Amino acid sequence: MTDIATYNFAYLDEQTKRMIRRAILKGIAIPGYQVPFASREMPMPYGWGTGGVQVTASIIGPDDVLKVIDQGADDTTNAVSIRAFFKKVANVAVTTDTAGATIIQTRHRIPEHPLTAGQVLVYQVPIPEPLRFLEPRETETRKMHALEEYGLMHVKLYEDIAKHGRIATTYAYPVKVEGRYVMDPSPTPKFDNPKMHRSPALQLFGAGREKRIYAVPPFTDVVSLDFEDHPFEVQTFDQPCALCAAENVYLDEVILDDHGGHMFVCSDTDHCEKRRQEGHRGHLAPEIHLASEKVEPAQ
Amino acid sequence: MTDEPLLRVSALSKFYGSRVGCDNVSFDLWPGEVLAVVGESGSGKTTLLNCLSTRLLPSSGTASYRMRDGQFRELYRMSEAERRFLMRTDWGFVHQNPADGLRMTVSAGANVGERLMAVGDRHYGKIRATAVDWLSRVEIEQDRIDDEPRAFSGGMRQRLQIARNLVTGPRLVFMDEPTGGLDVSVQARLLDLLRGLVTDLGLAAIVVTHDLAVARLLSQRMMVMKDGRVVESGLTDRVLDDPRAPYTQLLVSSILQV
Repeated sequence: MTDIATYNFAYLDEQTKRMIRRAILKGIAIPGYQVPFASREMPMPYGWGTGGVQVTASIIGPDDVLKVIDQGADDTTNAVSIRAFFKKVANVAVTTDTAGATIIQTRHRIPEHPLTAGQVLVYQVPIPEPLRFLEPRETETRKMHALEEYGLMHVKLYEDIAKHGRIATTYAYPVKVEGRYVMDPSPTPKFDNPKMHRSPALQLFGAGREKRIYAVPPFTDVVSLDFEDHPFEVQTFDQPCALCAAENVYLDEVILDDHGGHMFVCSDTDHCEKRRQEGHRGHLAPEIHLASEKVEPAQ
Repeated sequence: MTDEPLLRVSALSKFYGSRVGCDNVSFDLWPGEVLAVVGESGSGKTTLLNCLSTRLLPSSGTASYRMRDGQFRELYRMSEAERRFLMRTDWGFVHQNPADGLRMTVSAGANVGERLMAVGDRHYGKIRATAVDWLSRVEIEQDRIDDEPRAFSGGMRQRLQIARNLVTGPRLVFMDEPTGGLDVSVQARLLDLLRGLVTDLGLAAIVVTHDLAVARLLSQRMMVMKDGRVVESGLTDRVLDDPRAPYTQLLVSSILQV
């Protein structure tokens, strides 16, 4: 890649990166607190991960190995584009291997493979304010956070039970961080909420349009809100992955034809491919040999 | 009855620039007592109510409230967190327009339960049982518990607002024209209900109204306001039957006779 010199390293200018790093440090110091920051225009539309990209750009270094996932997949447009973006503007190594990555930027999933100390998970967040749809005034919600008035959050869960007989919120399920701030874990399925609790990895959240950054430091308590008689529980699936036969993972439904044919497969493509390489086979796994996953080195 | 008042108000004034909201208002409110504040539009009754309920800060004067531990605390020196906590536990505020006091897009049950959840109740079954109980106390059918207040009539909304405020067992309730905008038969039922609840629960209340009939039915004592000042105060029956200030005489004689 010869045009690296035409960009500042990782696209953003150094002053902007310093500003974002300050916001990140403040976020880490106050787990779950939404830190306002001067979000920049990025060469992509809002809603495509402008917040996550700015956070990644501010923390990435030449030795980092970047993985980008979108709904768990490494091969969808958003993931491929952002990976290519950083390959171009920071000349870093990119990978699809969860364990081999130092920074994982994610949209709406936490990888199935357990994260380890030293890894950073960067979330793309559309709406950072968990109270937004209950109380539309930002002045009021900030006051509610400041005074720890979170009764309203339970009103939403109450409504769920009253209407559906159980807590029907399945994604963006509110959590309380370190016993203090109620936080929106971004629209990850609630299946992933337990993975945030006491995770050894640093978790950073960037919301570009809303101009907020927040963080969960390693080994921090992240507790999903619930009622005593309606405890928090994650989704369960009554069949394993159709390709790799994995159980206790988050599955996507894939429509196969227009006659109602469908299958459930791992939403985490890296996890699924690894399992198939290890020889696990689901009932719909094709017979062809899979291409092994690639680590593309920096050039 | 204890020998100490619940609320002590002394020389409370609120100015909007050079305009007077309310001027030099002083009174004591005793536990279980209902005080009516009457006067025409613009006489400063709502300003006074908003100052007392700490929704507005006064320009001068003090108000101290006897907390549950028996200690008097000066309202305007409390932190915002303490005031807001007081607002949702020991106090209630019934707005004239129920839409201001209710969450119109969540169910009636959640409206009643919100205060319980705000003070840390985390048992769905118990919250719901309490909500059912309170709905029946304000004469709302049980099967409406999962309906949104948007689907309720004006009178039902007002009764729901009252239930929502009383669920934490407050000792002091502020009411701003609680029967405003309701037709007379609904008003009568609501007044009957309020009177029953206030007596049963031993609530103290400050009721702002321009309707002297409401004041007569609900309150033991009343204050008549004009241009921000209290022109007359005393026992409700005495003030209405034997008005002394010229303005009160005018007010009493203006009641339409049917």
